[in-house]
Amino acid sequence: MAMIEITNLCKGFGSHQVLRGVNLTVEKGESMTVIGGSGSGKSVLIKHIIGLLFPDRGEVKVDGEVLNNLDERGLNDVRKKFGMLFQGAALFDSLTVWENVGFGLKQHTKMSDKEIRDVTTQKLALVGLKGVEDKMPSDLSGGMKKRVGLARAIAMDPQIILYDEPTTGLDPITADAINDLIVDLRKKLGVTSVAITHDMFSAYKISDRIAMLYKGEIQETGTPDEIRGTSNPIVKQFITGSAVGPITAD
Amino acid sequence: MINKLLELIGNKTMALLREMGAVIIFCGQTFRWTFSRPFYLKNLLKQMEQIGVNSVPVVLTTAISTGMVLALQSYTGFKRFGAQSLIGAVVSLSMTRELGPVLTGLMVAGRAGASMAAELGTMRVTEQIDALYTLATNPMKYLVVPRFLASTIMMFFLSALGMYIGILGGYFVGVKVLGTNPTTYMNQSINNTTMSDIWYGLIKSLVFGAVVGLIGCYKGFNTEGGAEGVGKATTGAVVVSCMLILILDYFLSALLW
Ligand SMILES: Nc1ncnc2c1ncn2[C@@H]1O[C@H](COP(=O)(O)OP(=O)(O)O)[C@@H](O)[C@H]1O
Ligand SMILES: [Mg+2]
Repeated sequence: MAMIEITNLCKGFGSHQVLRGVNLTVEKGESMTVIGGSGSGKSVLIKHIIGLLFPDRGEVKVDGEVLNNLDERGLNDVRKKFGMLFQGAALFDSLTVWENVGFGLKQHTKMSDKEIRDVTTQKLALVGLKGVEDKMPSDLSGGMKKRVGLARAIAMDPQIILYDEPTTGLDPITADAINDLIVDLRKKLGVTSVAITHDMFSAYKISDRIAMLYKGEIQETGTPDEIRGTSNPIVKQFITGSAVGPITAD
Repeated sequence: MINKLLELIGNKTMALLREMGAVIIFCGQTFRWTFSRPFYLKNLLKQMEQIGVNSVPVVLTTAISTGMVLALQSYTGFKRFGAQSLIGAVVSLSMTRELGPVLTGLMVAGRAGASMAAELGTMRVTEQIDALYTLATNPMKYLVVPRFLASTIMMFFLSALGMYIGILGGYFVGVKVLGTNPTTYMNQSINNTTMSDIWYGLIKSLVFGAVVGLIGCYKGFNTEGGAEGVGKATTGAVVVSCMLILILDYFLSALLW
């Protein structure tokens, strides 16, 4: 059953057409990764899935509901099915780590602070952090921020997790630890996940299927093995990281 | 050449009109969310402290200096036609009707308006505002409404404080430094200042408070383009709210005659 169905999604800003008819389906429980160069519209695409942006044309369906048709409350109900890890973690810098992780619980449940703290500690343990509850985000390293961001994303037990460049900006070892964490969480929680990245190592490691976004359209979709053996010159150039080919750096 | 110039003027005008429209829509949404649940009381109190309590020193300094200078300057002028006894009235009327609210407004715009724009701008460019949406929390309600309310409420009290302290400063200079008879000074002040003068000033201050909060939040909320954008938003917030305060001051003065 399809958890996310994107049909003919078009989106532009002013005269700049970013997405030109994206079609993509993510099955329930599947881990999908969208790859593409910087500025190719990956973030724009993922923001449509959680209703941070809305299509100019086409539609996005999540768990059977078309996001364009929803009002504020309906949209919030859909958003509660999601957890999202932002590229820079996007932790609230005026709140402590546990207030960040417990933010959704505080807003949407009647749990006491004590109970929220307990859940927070447990979620932080899942992402490999201990004893950081009372720190401020500014006291954390980049890798720790990502982990806290991940703990916040899973705090409400979401059905879908979105990852915006989970490994970008991290050193290779920390990056791989995050990859392991993503794979591990998926095993433990059985969630559907959509990641976007230009890090092929990460894409191979965390995905059931990979889709490549280029020039506003999905060029090819396939399992990591299918993508590795692709005959599409655009995809081939991208995954081998070559400067020579149909894609030109601008 | 002429065409280019006209085109430029046209584009600038369109951009200005578009921005004005966007500000008006933003204000409308803020008012709407102000009266709908949930209410973030804790955020409101925190903002009242940040905007209000922390602005007390600058407001005190500005008000006392203005009151003192006002007494000194009007003394110099009024002595020329032997009307020194009127300076009490001049100081208290100017402080209540005009200088208390306007100077407080400008100082709070510089301090709190700027910091609001910088904070929300940083939250925008680091995707914290997007993160609020994904956590099913409306940032207009969570961030903007508390700042708008706190700014409006606290401007009222800060202006009242500014008026009072300015009058005290004027009294000190008029009586202690220039040697005006204290009873004459007080009588002149009290007899020539009515309750409605004070209310006019305080009503102005409510409007200025709303302006500072709304413009600071609008600029911060709509920040684009990284650290540079945050800088622009901050400057923009101060410039636009100060100009609006000065422009609205004239119209409010004309209206609240
Ligand atoms: N809110 C916006 N307003 C205007 N342009 C935008 C906006 N968001 C993204 N863009 C533009 O869309 C293009 C794709 O951006 P993005 O999706 O962030 O790329 P990436 O694939 O690196 O994540 C970029 O050229 C960017 O400038
Ligand atoms: Mg991106």
